[in-house]
Amino acid sequence: MSKRVLHLLLPAATGALFIVIWYAVVFSLSEEMRFLLPTPGEIIAAFQTNGAALARATLNTAEGALLGFGLAIALSAVLALTLSVSSLVRVSLYPYLMMLQMTPVIIFAPILVLWVGPGLKSVVVITFLICFFPLVVNTTQGLVSTDRNLVELFRMYRASKAQEIFLLRVPAALPYFFTGLRIAATLAPIGALVGDYTAGSSAGDGGGLGFQAIIYSSQAKYPALFATAAVTCVLGFVFAAVVIGLSWLALHQWHDSYERADK
Amino acid sequence: MAAVVHLEDIHKIYDSGEVQVHAVRGVSLEFSKGEFMAVMGASGSGKSTLMNTLGCLDRPTRGRYLLDGVDVGQLDRNQLADLRNEKLGFVFQGFNLLSRTTALENVELPMLYGPHRPSAREMQERALRCLDIVGLSDRADHFPSQLSGGQQQRVAIARALVNHPQVLLADEPTGNLDSKTAIDVMGVFQRLNDQGITIVMVTHELDIARFCKRNLIMRDGRVVSDIAVPDRLVAEVELRRLQDAETAAKLTA
Repeated sequence: MSKRVLHLLLPAATGALFIVIWYAVVFSLSEEMRFLLPTPGEIIAAFQTNGAALARATLNTAEGALLGFGLAIALSAVLALTLSVSSLVRVSLYPYLMMLQMTPVIIFAPILVLWVGPGLKSVVVITFLICFFPLVVNTTQGLVSTDRNLVELFRMYRASKAQEIFLLRVPAALPYFFTGLRIAATLAPIGALVGDYTAGSSAGDGGGLGFQAIIYSSQAKYPALFATAAVTCVLGFVFAAVVIGLSWLALHQWHDSYERADK
Repeated sequence: MAAVVHLEDIHKIYDSGEVQVHAVRGVSLEFSKGEFMAVMGASGSGKSTLMNTLGCLDRPTRGRYLLDGVDVGQLDRNQLADLRNEKLGFVFQGFNLLSRTTALENVELPMLYGPHRPSAREMQERALRCLDIVGLSDRADHFPSQLSGGQQQRVAIARALVNHPQVLLADEPTGNLDSKTAIDVMGVFQRLNDQGITIVMVTHELDIARFCKRNLIMRDGRVVSDIAVPDRLVAEVELRRLQDAETAAKLTA
């Protein structure tokens, strides 16, 4: 059997086995306890009955995640460039950056609701806070890890500081930036969900998936709750896939992390 | 003919507070256009310091250095950098190519800086011509990671040539290459030298030095030997000999 077929077949088999075990667990439970774990069939049915609400919530969460993620990329790039300029700037700012990361974002939620109001704005800020740190740390690390020999080469040619940054440091930092981006991309939907869970609102065009989760759990609609989890998972996959695709586009031609057929 | 490089009693003392290191202790040297010299010596012999001085990367503590008639000691940092870009080309042991840029763009690099930046079209033409000289014009759009070590060093040599330097300075240019590729790269240097380019290279490999015209050995900051290479090797001949030996080995095997 070819490796390719095996690589498709094995995960499919694992999945099938998992579903079998799932059903076995459900039917081993007594009748009155079965509400604790809905079957995959019930979850699919929940998709059908709650389709419209879930779709709207997914779009809202995706919007919050995307805006927060984008904001984090833009601001982290600016901050990373600033931090890379001198080690003095780094030592002055790093402790506070760490503090920001160490404080659980949930704590900020009520404050944010007070400051910017509930709903999308709070969700965006919370997503931003979660995505920001890995991006700044990785990009800064990349900007300051440029090969010393190449930096000296640029200085030898009498390149300007701007040329050194944009022709040498920024391209060399790209692999690091994409590592940060991959971490942040998986965090963004989670961030948006947590933001929505803690600061979401049904105002406007309704809340996101976090808000929907609160509603379903309060109504004891457990299959719908599982369906919400599944959608969140898919959203995470979409974010990760886009970033992995972008990373491939930017790096595959020249970076050693990608194998090349023509080598 | 006027000397391209004229060193007169050069001293270099590094002062790191407590310890003074007298790295170069009175070196006088002269070589004219078309010279091809290997500088050898153990680590700490002062050969790197001498190369840094020749490359205008470091100013001597004492002594006079005339590069193509210009007194290097009289120049400030920026003038020194301009002189370096105009008169000198550099080749390094580790190639020092930008991995994200193609061979062509890497060769264009030295032209991007300095006061006289050529047009994009001219830069490309000059870079292509230099790639052609080192035999890589068909690899212009390849990234360094798509090239072998020997090819990467050829790109680096093309980059060193692009500003039409008087002198090519190479620091262990074959240090990262296997012996066959090293001979191949020495062949590129020999061809350039035949066209009149002056080359100074640091090496610690005796058989590589034998491809040069002149060998200089340093010890404790002084020149202890400066001789013309008696039976100079020709890269093309050596490569053919190597190939014949390989074929013979295959036949007997």
